[in-house]
Amino acid sequence: MVSNQLITGWEMYEVARLVALDIPDGSYVNLGIGIPELVADYVPEGREVIYHTENGLLGMGPAPESGTGDPELINAGKKCVTAIPGACFFHHADSFTMIRGGHIDYCILGSLQVSENGDLANWSTGEAGAIPAVGGAMDLVAGAKNIFIISQHNTKTGEAKIVKACSYPLTGKGVVNRIYTNLAVIDVTSAGLVVRKMAPGVTPDYLQQHTEATLHF
Amino acid sequence: MINKIVRTVDEAVSDIFDGATVMISGFGEAGSPIELIHALIDQGARNLTIVSNNTGSGHVGLAALIANRQVRKMICSFPRTANSKVFPELYKNGEIELELVPQGTLAERIRAGGAGIPAFYTPAAVNTPLAEGKETRMFGNHTYVMEYALKADFALVKCRVADRYGNLVYNKTARNFGPIMCTAAKHTIAQAAEIVDLGGIDPETVVTPGIFVNRVVHVANPAAESQLVAENRRYPW
Repeated sequence: MVSNQLITGWEMYEVARLVALDIPDGSYVNLGIGIPELVADYVPEGREVIYHTENGLLGMGPAPESGTGDPELINAGKKCVTAIPGACFFHHADSFTMIRGGHIDYCILGSLQVSENGDLANWSTGEAGAIPAVGGAMDLVAGAKNIFIISQHNTKTGEAKIVKACSYPLTGKGVVNRIYTNLAVIDVTSAGLVVRKMAPGVTPDYLQQHTEATLHF
Repeated sequence: MINKIVRTVDEAVSDIFDGATVMISGFGEAGSPIELIHALIDQGARNLTIVSNNTGSGHVGLAALIANRQVRKMICSFPRTANSKVFPELYKNGEIELELVPQGTLAERIRAGGAGIPAFYTPAAVNTPLAEGKETRMFGNHTYVMEYALKADFALVKCRVADRYGNLVYNKTARNFGPIMCTAAKHTIAQAAEIVDLGGIDPETVVTPGIFVNRVVHVANPAAESQLVAENRRYPW
């Protein structure tokens, strides 16, 4: 049954909290720029998580008080951050040794599209004339042990972001482990996309209607 | 006697030649050797290939070097940032070349260049447009793409402390590409906010051993790029 009623589901901060709950104590975590940064605000009491930023800091702390930032202490989004006691700095080749060498436990990224076999597109819409920029995304998806995506379920214009096959240029093939959206938490498995949790009010029918890829419940 | 210290930034960059490949340290403004770049603008070498993670912001530093039409090609991972105006405009007009490289591959290509490794295989970018036309190979059950080392004629890097042997210590996340670029260039030129006597840096804390550095120049109070951009400054002043 097709319903025209729009369900907004969880707020993104609630989605960030769901992600944070799934990150075990002691994990080394790389957070992408933007919405993934919210995850750091919801680490449950009693868990210690170390944040890596690919521009050379392990032990990234929160943003400094306004006006006290050091332009030489920044995150991958080029915003001022702090370093926690026990933090360390290193050069770029060491930073990507941590990433590509499989030493980062979780990487949380945003997405443009995720396909049903876990392909990720999140760096370019392939639009003619656009200036391509990739940063560290391709290295992160190739190397981090677990790739979690946090994203709106659909685009602002209502198009599917979880698709049968990505139409945008890929960041990596078969790299995504789990997708967290405002409507659901979905695992990428060898048997396809398996829905683990749905936001209040969301039904399997509704979720499938808003998802191009086939979902398993 | 070994003394790698030169008196001025102009002297430090005087022999950079037309057509040279120049690595420039920095991730955004952190670690960008603005004073050395401005000296290179004054010096005027053209047709340069620049290896740097970004393309600068506003109209100072690397962005000003590009605006001055001294750069033929950029090799970088992220050519647009919040305040980058110069590169995007030239790129859209087809007036500058871009070789886009995933950030970790860029770092490893530089590291390999400095370590005498001509090429290597990486999992990053496999099955993406950035691996198109490149040699791939299976190791175990996974496909990897071959990437070539990057070397340069010159490297311009920013550090916090140096001595006359060229030993360097950096500042926080301004370290980024500096140490690997020092190893991959024929002539490495470092600007240091402080120069200390030999022994003034604890050997246990030296980040770049002096063997990788050719020239050191003292720049006591390096400008902050974001501040210059906020003030709408343009180089040449």
